[in-house]
Amino acid sequence: METVNITIDGRKIQVPKSYTVLEAARFANIEIPTLCFLKDLNEIGACRMCLVEIQGARSLQASCVYPVSEGLVINTQTPAVREARKVTLELILSNHDRKCLTCVRSNNCELQKLALDLNIRDIRFDGDSTEMPLDEFSPSIVRDPNKCVLCRRCVSMCKNVQSVAVIDTIERGFKSLVSPAFNKSLNEVPCTMCGQCINVCPVGALREKDDTDKVWDALANKDLHVVVQTAPAVRVAIGEEFGMPIGSRATSNMVAALRRLGFSKVFDTDTAADLTIMEEGTELINRIKNGGKLPLITSCSPGWIKFCEHNFPEFIDNLSSCKSPHEMFGAVLKSYYAEKMGIDPSKIFVVSIMPCTAKKYEAQRPELSSTGYPDVDVVLTTRELAKMIKEAAIDFKELPERQFDDPMGEASGAGVIFGATGGVMEAALRTVTEILNGKPSESIEYNSVRGIDGVKEAVVEAGGMKIKAAVAHGLGNARKLLEKVKNGEEYHFIEIMACPGGCVNGGGQPIQPSSVRSWIDLRAERAKAIYEEDKEMPIRKSHENPRVKMLYDEYFKEPGSHKAHDLLHTHYVKRENYPEE
Amino acid sequence: MQIYRAHVLVCGGTGCVSSSSEKITSEFETHLNNNNLANEVKVVKTGCFGLCARGPIVVVYPEGCMYTMVKVEDVKEIVEEHLLKGRIVSRLLENKHDEEGIETSIEGVEFFKKQLRIALRNCGVINPEVIEEYIAFDGYKALAKVLTEMTPEEVIDSIKKSGLRGRGGGGFPTGLKWEFTAKSKDDQKYVCCNADEGDPGAFMDRSVLEGDPHSVIEAMAIAGYAVGANQGYIYIRAEYPIAVKRLNIAIEQAKQYGLLGKNIFGTDFSFDLEIRLGAGAFVCGEETALMTSIEGKRGEPRPRPPFPAVKGLWNKPTLLNNVETYANIPPIINKGAEWFAGIGTEKSNGTKVFAVGGNINNTGLVEVPMGTTLREVVYEIGGGIPNDKKFKAAQTGGPSGGCIPASHLDVPIDYDSLIQLGSMMGSGGLIVMDEDTCMVDIAKFFLEFTVDESCGKCPPCRIGTKRMLEILDRITEGKGKEEDITKLEILAKNIKASALCGLGQTAPNPILSTLHYFKDEYLSHVNDKKCTAGVCKSMMQYVINADMCKSCGICAKVCPVKCISGEKKVPYVIDSNKCVKCGACMEKCPFKAIFKNV
Repeated sequence: METVNITIDGRKIQVPKSYTVLEAARFANIEIPTLCFLKDLNEIGACRMCLVEIQGARSLQASCVYPVSEGLVINTQTPAVREARKVTLELILSNHDRKCLTCVRSNNCELQKLALDLNIRDIRFDGDSTEMPLDEFSPSIVRDPNKCVLCRRCVSMCKNVQSVAVIDTIERGFKSLVSPAFNKSLNEVPCTMCGQCINVCPVGALREKDDTDKVWDALANKDLHVVVQTAPAVRVAIGEEFGMPIGSRATSNMVAALRRLGFSKVFDTDTAADLTIMEEGTELINRIKNGGKLPLITSCSPGWIKFCEHNFPEFIDNLSSCKSPHEMFGAVLKSYYAEKMGIDPSKIFVVSIMPCTAKKYEAQRPELSSTGYPDVDVVLTTRELAKMIKEAAIDFKELPERQFDDPMGEASGAGVIFGATGGVMEAALRTVTEILNGKPSESIEYNSVRGIDGVKEAVVEAGGMKIKAAVAHGLGNARKLLEKVKNGEEYHFIEIMACPGGCVNGGGQPIQPSSVRSWIDLRAERAKAIYEEDKEMPIRKSHENPRVKMLYDEYFKEPGSHKAHDLLHTHYVKRENYPEE
Repeated sequence: MQIYRAHVLVCGGTGCVSSSSEKITSEFETHLNNNNLANEVKVVKTGCFGLCARGPIVVVYPEGCMYTMVKVEDVKEIVEEHLLKGRIVSRLLENKHDEEGIETSIEGVEFFKKQLRIALRNCGVINPEVIEEYIAFDGYKALAKVLTEMTPEEVIDSIKKSGLRGRGGGGFPTGLKWEFTAKSKDDQKYVCCNADEGDPGAFMDRSVLEGDPHSVIEAMAIAGYAVGANQGYIYIRAEYPIAVKRLNIAIEQAKQYGLLGKNIFGTDFSFDLEIRLGAGAFVCGEETALMTSIEGKRGEPRPRPPFPAVKGLWNKPTLLNNVETYANIPPIINKGAEWFAGIGTEKSNGTKVFAVGGNINNTGLVEVPMGTTLREVVYEIGGGIPNDKKFKAAQTGGPSGGCIPASHLDVPIDYDSLIQLGSMMGSGGLIVMDEDTCMVDIAKFFLEFTVDESCGKCPPCRIGTKRMLEILDRITEGKGKEEDITKLEILAKNIKASALCGLGQTAPNPILSTLHYFKDEYLSHVNDKKCTAGVCKSMMQYVINADMCKSCGICAKVCPVKCISGEKKVPYVIDSNKCVKCGACMEKCPFKAIFKNV
């Protein structure tokens, strides 16, 4: 690697030539405050918090974008630098709705931390401030322009990573806003509700729609049988909300906490993931055998579904008709489970704990109410569950060992890996190959579909044929893959997840600040925990899950049956992007 | 070719067009026809002569008589008297009459005496819409010379030796910029022209493009050859319709003549040119924002490095120069770098075009050798200040610049002297202010502009300029405190050091320079609640001098809020609680009995 010699705060160091001054400083253990910076996502030098003195430069320079060069002399701590950072921060704070005490991001706010770190005790430059109504019309995301610091990380995420581009800067100067076009609501534009914007927001300007009160009310209602199910990705991330290291598995703590919160039953969405594999695997085999529409594309990710409906309606017939696992579960709970337990389905209240904001939107889709009642009543994000646990004063880290409830508490490792990109594909391959081959496979781990490459491909031989599969995560990658398909590339099966890294990095997951996110790959760390969990499961293939077998024996008869279609499958619609009013 | 015995040049610049010079042109054609002179006298629509205050302007050759403030009704007389009978219409002549009689030629017009027109050499001389006229004045000769006799290195060397510096504001050595771009290795490079002139009151670039579009086209082709680019873009604001129209015509003509396009002059060099219209955002004059805008994105700057010479338009090496810079290139090639370097001062070579405005008699466009003093520009070329008011200050560099007070009237105008005084050359706006100007109000005026034009990307500019404006608002409303001045100083200093682009970094300059030269005015606003210039309305009252009032009642009639009362033989009185300080009464009082009480 080519290196250069630089002097930073009087220390002579050698760093790779590709480094920015910020990276060089980090290399030298010198901390420089940042706000808009998020590595690889948002390197635009806008916020001016990371200013440093570069010898020979006319003004102070943003270290996050300034490239190092041979002989560069940098000072990160001079009176001029300190004053400039402080004045800039005071200016930002002067137009920030400083209601820290009641802010959802209190104690996890990058701006708050900066104010503390830079010892801001007074805001000398108060004046007019932005006073705009909140955008609360989306079922998933709340946008608060009065807290926005215009760092544009969300813009970059939405536009450059997700290729959705429904938010950008509008107006200019002091009136600048990050907003959908014409200051429309997020609910009126082709937002996929993926919530990735929330995860990169340094402050409380973007947040999920808080539905915890609905759950508290349900829990307090004696007439209701309130059950909860948790997605696989939740257990490998919720610990972060309680100070556990990134990538910690907290399945037992989570189950125990949910029980303390008062849920009648705590179920595992993974069971429904196994059910999904049975239905979707059958769908795939049928389409291949009967000349059906290929490639078959997964439908677990509601953000992806909405993206497809808006941007790639020509692929709607390629989408698997399977509901996403938690919706399948909801339908099963209000039919099979209700009958089995002798509970009126109208009295069953299903709460889904999801790593996802789009699932809040999904739960409201009218077609997802097969029993006449919504399959799922409320979706809470991982973050909202953590808030409830804190509110209930439950000591998350000190809880007794607990397991999911029966009759649907048992899942396979295949269900667990749904939480990481490539997981649905791998789970499906574990089952489909064995069905087509009529015998157990030697290896059940498909490493080619694991990992964080944007688009992954695999060719698997089964039943005398080659199944060509592809996996994309993040909607920008999905777009690339679909363009490839449009240009003639042929696949049998495609997995798409709206969020980069899949559900482990979903829009409802714990938020890590730029200081962590920039240097640690959350997707990889959390996925590691998912695969560990899979490895420890006694059953690792969906079709071997005894609960799933029981469900078919007792209720659905076989995958793809009439009853299965009624309860476990759905349909999609083409959606206008910016309909004319 | 038709030979004419006389030519009538009618100014076709925006200023004269808006005072009906187009009607004057057609009127000339009508009357020439009526008098059977159409085959003897040719009417030419030219670019700007510069003396905009006295427009519409008509110059008749061979005598070179400059007629100013010509009305459509005057045309008949000029045709019948001057063109038919050879009798000069002296009442319309711009020349000063002195005892020895009248010097009738344009050469004798005071306004032009100290000027040297290099960038404006063809403005007011040729018809910008006819390429043959440009060619007749050595047009495209420089391009031919460069393509057939010089290597790109020799061209760059020549520009370096000429000492030409960027005329857009920064004053960066043009030759160096060309050299950097030439040295960047890439299969695709671009040449851009910044015609997004946005300073309030500035119209240098517009005038060059309206009066001599081919000179910019020729220069861009030369630049393309020198740096290795085959594609150029002219970024021009859509608010310059005449310039856009003439540029389009010029590009079309140049293509027809093979002066743009493939294998120019039969060489291997090909160069094409396109126009991109800007929507009038001031920030798009900043080079990185300009290129972002050409790319079709929201016009916002990005940090440098990388500089455009390395990564510019679509991440390709790009040369970006301003209109006036380009307009200097062909003469440098034709007449030699030494000739150009011999004009001006040691470190600022050549000339500079200024749009002179404000409290000055000869509002308009002037081009002077670098080193000409401010006094010469204001009092000799500019004809001094109306109503013999005192000179208070001149603002150069527009909203990015600063003011120069009367004590520095003898400063030679060049890049470095102006920087030393806390101002800057800028692109050439020069606003003259007389003694009735409030310097706090002036700072506020420029700041209002930058607050409006800030793109909003970085907080120092987005929020900082707004906060400074709020403080200036307080001060001019009589609500300022002394600590406000300290806050202004802190903000100005830090915004200058922290803002992302030139717009933000220079936005505090009008404040810093007025604070430097006129701090007492700030203090009197803050401490004494007094605006000595009588501009800040909250600190001023209109009063009627009882001794001078003749009780005519006109003031009461014109008062829009009916706050003046009185009756016959009793002096009228203004109720200052109701007065909105519009000044209508003072203007209308036939006895000059109404005063501002400051």
